[in-house]
Amino acid sequence: MFDIEGYYEAKSVEDAVRLLAEHEDAQIISGGTDVLVKLRDGKDAGGSLVSIHEIRELHGVRLQEDGTLEIGPATCFTDLTNDPLIRRYVPYLGEAVDTVGGPQVRNQGTIGGNVCNGATSADSAATLQTLNAVVVLQGTDGIRRVSVTEFYTGPGRTVRRHDEVCRAIEIRPEDYAGFTGCYMKYGKRAAMEIATLGCCVRVKLDQEGRTIKEARIGYGVAAPTPIRCPVTEAALAGCSVEDDRIYEMIDSGVLGEVRPRSSWRASKEFRMQLISEMARRALKEAIRRSLNGEAPGVAAQDGKGGDQAC
Amino acid sequence: METVGKSFTRVDARGKVTGEAKYTNDLMPKDALWAKVVRSTIANGVVKAIDISEAEKVPGVVKIVTCFDVPDIQFPTAGHPWSVEAAHQDVPDRKLLNTRVRQWGDEIAAVVAKDNVAAERAARLIKVEYEEYEPIVTIEEALSEGATPLHPDIRKDNIFVHTSFKTSPDFDYDEAKKRAIEEYGEENLIEVSETLRTPRIAHCHIEVCTSWAYVDTNGKVTVVASTQIPHIMRRVIAQALGWPVGKVRVIKPYIGGGFGNKQDVIDEPLNAYLSIACGGRCVCLELSREECVSQTRTRHACKGVLRGLATKDGKLLAREGDIYTNKGAYASHGHAITAGITTNFKDIMHDEYGCRSDGYSVYTSSAVAGAMRAYGVPQAAFLADCLTDDLCAKGGFDPLKFRMDNCVPPGFVASNGITYYSYSLKECMKRGAEFIHWDEKRRAYANQTGPVRHGVGMSIFMYKVGVYPISLETSSARMILNQDGSIQVELSATEIGQGADTVFSQMAAETTGITMDKVYIISTQDTDVAPFDTGAYASRQSFVTGKAVKKCALELRARILDYASYMLGRPAEELMIWQNNICEKIHTGDAAEGTLHGDGTLQGDGPEASVCAAGTGTGNQAAGEAAENSAEANARKLAFGGSYIDNTRNDGSKGESAKYSAWLDGEVKEYDIHDLPNGEAAILRDTGVEKDVKPGKVLLSMQELAMNAFYSLDRSEHITAEVTNHCKENTFASGCCFVDLEVDMPLGKVKINNIINVHDSGTLLNPKLAEAQVHGGMSMGIGYALTEELLYDKTGRPLNANLLDFKIPTAMDVPELHVEFLEMDDPMGPYGNKALGEPPAIPVAPAIRNAILNATGVSMKEIPMTQQKLVAAFQEAGLI
Amino acid sequence: MLNIVHMWVNGNEVELAHDPRESLLETLRDRLNLTSVKKGCGVGECGACTVLIDGVAVDTCLYLTMWAEGKHILTTEGLKGPNGELNPIQQAFIDEAAVQCGFCTPGLIMTAVELAGTGKKYTRDELRKLIAGHLCRCTGYENILNAMEKICGAGS
Repeated sequence: MFDIEGYYEAKSVEDAVRLLAEHEDAQIISGGTDVLVKLRDGKDAGGSLVSIHEIRELHGVRLQEDGTLEIGPATCFTDLTNDPLIRRYVPYLGEAVDTVGGPQVRNQGTIGGNVCNGATSADSAATLQTLNAVVVLQGTDGIRRVSVTEFYTGPGRTVRRHDEVCRAIEIRPEDYAGFTGCYMKYGKRAAMEIATLGCCVRVKLDQEGRTIKEARIGYGVAAPTPIRCPVTEAALAGCSVEDDRIYEMIDSGVLGEVRPRSSWRASKEFRMQLISEMARRALKEAIRRSLNGEAPGVAAQDGKGGDQAC
Repeated sequence: METVGKSFTRVDARGKVTGEAKYTNDLMPKDALWAKVVRSTIANGVVKAIDISEAEKVPGVVKIVTCFDVPDIQFPTAGHPWSVEAAHQDVPDRKLLNTRVRQWGDEIAAVVAKDNVAAERAARLIKVEYEEYEPIVTIEEALSEGATPLHPDIRKDNIFVHTSFKTSPDFDYDEAKKRAIEEYGEENLIEVSETLRTPRIAHCHIEVCTSWAYVDTNGKVTVVASTQIPHIMRRVIAQALGWPVGKVRVIKPYIGGGFGNKQDVIDEPLNAYLSIACGGRCVCLELSREECVSQTRTRHACKGVLRGLATKDGKLLAREGDIYTNKGAYASHGHAITAGITTNFKDIMHDEYGCRSDGYSVYTSSAVAGAMRAYGVPQAAFLADCLTDDLCAKGGFDPLKFRMDNCVPPGFVASNGITYYSYSLKECMKRGAEFIHWDEKRRAYANQTGPVRHGVGMSIFMYKVGVYPISLETSSARMILNQDGSIQVELSATEIGQGADTVFSQMAAETTGITMDKVYIISTQDTDVAPFDTGAYASRQSFVTGKAVKKCALELRARILDYASYMLGRPAEELMIWQNNICEKIHTGDAAEGTLHGDGTLQGDGPEASVCAAGTGTGNQAAGEAAENSAEANARKLAFGGSYIDNTRNDGSKGESAKYSAWLDGEVKEYDIHDLPNGEAAILRDTGVEKDVKPGKVLLSMQELAMNAFYSLDRSEHITAEVTNHCKENTFASGCCFVDLEVDMPLGKVKINNIINVHDSGTLLNPKLAEAQVHGGMSMGIGYALTEELLYDKTGRPLNANLLDFKIPTAMDVPELHVEFLEMDDPMGPYGNKALGEPPAIPVAPAIRNAILNATGVSMKEIPMTQQKLVAAFQEAGLI
Repeated sequence: MLNIVHMWVNGNEVELAHDPRESLLETLRDRLNLTSVKKGCGVGECGACTVLIDGVAVDTCLYLTMWAEGKHILTTEGLKGPNGELNPIQQAFIDEAAVQCGFCTPGLIMTAVELAGTGKKYTRDELRKLIAGHLCRCTGYENILNAMEKICGAGS
């Protein structure tokens, strides 16, 4: 049995906010694949849980009028990977969360938990960074929107306040339309892994497919929090995809923007090697996907999956 | 053979796929109390005081005991047969709970509570005061000047035992090198000097170590445990409690894997003690996965400081090794595993001048090393086969040819007398090389460039069966005829997943003539009723316990035929049991004519007869031979590949000729062995299946016979057989692994494209189960090569003691696994069989390492070859 | 204080008092004696406790019994036919010698049942990924994959 004193099943987000405000010792539980592991380990033992497991409105992916993708935070990884909107517009996000743990964990673990646990090793982290995803937080004081690029304050720490519940993760059309991407996870084995490093590279090419209009590079585990590499991104903009020097640029560029640490899981030197090599490979794949015509337009709300031109 | 050698499905398969097979905790009473062990938070020191006052207040706590409460008795834990010679006894170096703590997580107290939450809360509230010493986690730290001796009452320093083995007493490596320089000239020699390391790893059976204990109404403390060794556990619990063995009872249900970890006694004596301390109430002590990984037993980490010398034309001249193993905090299996590493390192290759290997087992303040699948031989194979390939790389030899020329030869006799009777090691190598396209790939992979490189590698091994003559091999079996003509088979060599129950059933069916569907093996061992056996380890069961099964089956058969003789009024010699019927026996062929005895132990000596009478029955006479043999007279015969030779030992004479068989150049050849070093080594093999006879008319069904035997008003007889077999035979199994892989150097990733194990394990008892065993061993070998390693921080605290961070392979990490066997009857095995359970894990890691060497030219000096280590090595070599 | 959960377990409606601190693993084993549901790690690393919840494979060690309200749970005990007939997947595991110690087996069989239930056919590599949430130390997965391929492999 888990060492908890109180358990509260929230009926709605408002209910969850109220329960959290009422119980200072309480933490949110959604899929349980992080919270219950920590509880079993004796961390937070004797505290309480506010469950948002059964709040249906927090599940699933929806399309807003302006083409923004709204991801319910209680959507489990499997459902996210298989969601038609995700597959069409941000398939690399689905691929990223498809590398979490194993199938059973992906059936339970949620994207909201993956973001809110503040882990730099979260498999969605690098990709969401490149998407400038917005975390919608609802608390006693109302709703606020925080970009994931400003969400993390340190290892395992975020700006989310105790009484705030993540009620959505939003991806705006300007952040996905016209882009392809590639997420690469590096682990010590091929499944049931915490990322030694996660790298997502996304590109938007010009109409002819010759020039990089915009590049975005995100990492997990390359620093205490998930990060972007804005300097290298800027340097890549305007470069020709046929020029092999882009790979050297990304290769060496990212090294100046990351701050990996040595731990027993991997040394800093090893992570630096992976940071370069994976960026190079992810860039290549992202470009290949663009040249293959895989970049989506803006999602149209007609529900037929038709894109608006971008 | 009719039943042995066929791929019957497992007798426990249905129970396991339906989830109905009961494991230890599945049987636990619902009112069991929950125990939590309190573990030290330092790696080396002394507990000065424990304050349980806060912990006792936790609601639900029933009892707290500490290291200051337990009996002042030190006991050994190894799953070894006890030695009646004091010098060979396992070392008693721990108590139920210890004040002197010797590893992070050492057991210092225990809480018993009504549930796990109460027990864990209380455990967290226990305050411990320590006197701390420097942690000594590595071999180097333990051997350094001024290191605290961990067991000053037993050893003055941290060297538990040091042994030295040489191929001949006067061998010295440096002398051999001088001689080689004189003989060949220095310019014609290749020498490699290197230090190689293997890691400490965990078994990771999926069922954790668990038990529940209670005191029965008769006053016996009863422990239901997930163990490989119920009878030994019974003795160890008694030793630990200071109780008579008869007052301890151990029950072993199905177990969810052991791999040697459960060939040790873990916390079961403590659990017995806790139950007694709680007035006999049922207490469950289930270790967490984390405890199970880091606080039970591990595979010995090993360091080998090695040298090897060969001529430039590829002749191995001499080797030496100083081999250090990390025993951890307690003796557990003592020096046995280290000795196994050193002897196996020496024996696997033939050195023209000789070989020396010294083994040091070293106490350290870290997790205890004990038995793990193949008991030191994976380490030995890694040391020997990396040295071999490094010599080959330096000398430009083909590693396959070098091994063909220099490996252990047919007829090899080890210094302790174990003889390599049936030999197909070289044929295994040949087959493995063909499968992997060795020559072609070696050519194709020469002179590669680019970031991704391909390589092929190989490794060989040999493995003795069971523990004789180093230790006792004894085994009992019981068979009972039921009223319907079916039988119960009861043994204590345990089913741990390897398929023992199935092959024992096949053996019983084979030899009795009763069909598999009427053989009921009792899988659960209860030491109050199950006959004695030392348990599941050393790949011994099918060989050692197999002999007991055969002996018992022969005895049961003789009793059945004796009763049939009474019922039918015909001599038993004229009868046989065939598919649950008593039949007339019809003789075919000349050899056997008129020479078979009623106990059925006799065989013909015609060219087709592969077996001869065993010294197990009463009176035997070999067909066509005048010689009278009897077990009492210690008369022995040897049968090899179609012929047999008298090897009469009753006059104490030596020098009888014996033969071994070797599979060479695609055919079986026979060789003489003169002066068998060990008179006890030769015993005849008899499958119990009579050659040159066939069933004739059905005279009586087993069911009719059984009903009569039970209920006859004239002669009621409950037909049973129970035997002990003291096994004094041994032989070697062997085999090899070949692997073809690619290395993505910038990412340090290894992808196995093709892999095969080829095994020389004698006659297969059940080919499909045999193959499955090999798959599992290969997967374990892949983990050993690439990812598995227990890590510690500088305080001695384990870092990765869980299944997420301790990386055993998932289905995505294992390639398609290929297996082949070269079956050759071994004369020592009860059905021509020899060891298979453990060997598959042995050759994989060195084969992968050698393939990486072939691919990249980088000679990795340690496993696991993690991605990080590979990247560092490739960077150092300027490859990336 | 005990809570009452209403759920369907192996087709039977169950109303059960349980401790709100229990995992579904504990409830199924300790209160319903469904001991095919094995505990190997308690933290979702081994997959031995896998059951289907509304048709989806879940590690019950990380699933609170509270969440099972109204759910349909299927364990290995629920696969047998009325006369003890085995599910084809169970038979395939027997025939392919995919069982050794048997501890991971019920969990793997439940994942196989989930996959067979989709009606899709899977390649061997897809199957590897789909069973990667189950650790097995005995088999190297080879025969497990063979058994699953028989039922839901691309070639079956």
